[in-house]
Amino acid sequence: MSGPLITAHQLVKRFGDFTAVAGIDVEVRKGEVFGFLGPNGAGKSSTMRMIACVSPVTSGELRLFGLDPATHGSQIRGRIGVVPQMDTLDTELTVEENLRIYGRFFDLPRAECRRRSAELLEFAQLTERASSVVENLSGGMKRRLSIARSLINEPELLLLDEPTTGLDPQARHVLWDRLYRLKQQGVTLVLTTHYMDEAEQLCDRLVVMDQGRIVAEGSPRSLIEQHSTREVLELRFAAGTNESFEAQVAGLGDRHEVLPDRILIYADDGEGALAAAHARGLQPESALVRRASLEDVFLHLTGRTLVD
Amino acid sequence: MSGLLFRIAPPVMAVRRPHRMIERHLLAYRHQWLIIVSGFFEPLFYLLSMRAGLGDLVGTVRFGGAEVPYDQFVAPALMASSAMNGAIFDSTGNVLGRLKYFRLYDAALATPMTPADVAVGEIGWALLRGQLYAVSFLAVMWGMGLIGSPWVILALPACALIGFTFAAIGFAGTTFMRGWQDMDIVNTALMPLFLFSATFFPTSSYGKWEWVVQLSPLYHGVALVRAANSGVWTAGIIGHVAVLLGLALIALAIAARRLDHLLRK
Repeated sequence: MSGPLITAHQLVKRFGDFTAVAGIDVEVRKGEVFGFLGPNGAGKSSTMRMIACVSPVTSGELRLFGLDPATHGSQIRGRIGVVPQMDTLDTELTVEENLRIYGRFFDLPRAECRRRSAELLEFAQLTERASSVVENLSGGMKRRLSIARSLINEPELLLLDEPTTGLDPQARHVLWDRLYRLKQQGVTLVLTTHYMDEAEQLCDRLVVMDQGRIVAEGSPRSLIEQHSTREVLELRFAAGTNESFEAQVAGLGDRHEVLPDRILIYADDGEGALAAAHARGLQPESALVRRASLEDVFLHLTGRTLVD
Repeated sequence: MSGLLFRIAPPVMAVRRPHRMIERHLLAYRHQWLIIVSGFFEPLFYLLSMRAGLGDLVGTVRFGGAEVPYDQFVAPALMASSAMNGAIFDSTGNVLGRLKYFRLYDAALATPMTPADVAVGEIGWALLRGQLYAVSFLAVMWGMGLIGSPWVILALPACALIGFTFAAIGFAGTTFMRGWQDMDIVNTALMPLFLFSATFFPTSSYGKWEWVVQLSPLYHGVALVRAANSGVWTAGIIGHVAVLLGLALIALAIAARRLDHLLRK
């Protein structure tokens, strides 16, 4: 198949009076890792549910593999894998049975279900836990099982809604590694996250969503170049006094942002800005120069930090 | 049946894989076979208490133009009630858990399965389980000499119909539940059905309130099983079947729609 895997045109989702997704245009190409970035309530999950064909489109056009979810929902779902935000693993079954019965939901023959289950247990590093009850698994293991389960139908497109939320750093890195392998195998990945590092690590291209709209689009690098300076100077003053220094930091960089716990100064030369601050007689409790990140892009675009 | 459902429901709710749900339950209950087995004992206890206790006190009841021993009168009604109970318990508490707490249906609907597949599959499972108990009930009745006619074999399809009707009603009702607290309503609703569906006394003893009994869906089930065990068939049978089947189809359509509404937001 040529052309994009997913196209959305003026896609809208409303729940009664509330508009969760307010007309977005998205195109996801085959083989890429595409991210939806945004704070809670930005409309990421609603968008994902529409793409997963479990939530009817209110208005606008959505096509997956060129098919309309309203008329070909079952066929489309047969070709995609979904890792939901909250694990929906079957707690009455063992790890291996979870994979096997899920394969049956996709009409796979029993023998094929067994073969793929064994393979996926290996992939998810869960072979030794094959006959464990799901409840006894750690959070990271459950996530890996969820991903393994979503792969049972060898999907062309994998949807992951906040795949690493609530996991410890080790577990996240194992998971990222698995997702990277899938990408190398040519699986198209679409994920939502509110972790900047995750988006920077995994995504080829992403959109930033806020209040149901797309406010920026591009690769992580290009977004930082477009919407931020090269470096950022972070100044911390005594708790509760940050705001009172706003006038005194003006002009140190291209622009600045006062947060409850610190002041961010955007400048291509962070060290230079820090020297200028010292020259003005400012004495912050701590100062840090760092490279600009996606978090800064988000802050600039929406005036808020991402994880709020 | 799926043809009828197709006409009253949109094509998104087409029924193609309801048996996958049943397959999942068979796998799950392999770990919990004791729960299944425990269901066999309920009818045995009921019948024993009727024989040893009430039967001696009451003697015989006039039914279908003949004097019938009380335990033989009550046994078919208990069989119908047990079909109802089994279907209701499977389609309320278990369904509520899978719907709201274990999110089994969310997982299923991310696959080619549809809400109607889930609804029909769950009702089918309740029905199958009910048939297992109906067969065992019949065996116990036979062992205790309570079989009145060879027609009694038709009590099995009658119980399947009762199971279908109550599973569909239970499932539809469950889609409106807010949480476990609402399960009390189910128990409260079952009690009068069990007691006032011509279960323990013939309709004639209700006097001018006889028409109220007709409103109970279980009454129509009891009438069917009783007819099977006595071998006395009247034209009324068609009416009883029609009531149960009609209720079942309406409830099934409601269940599939509600499930669609709840899960495909």
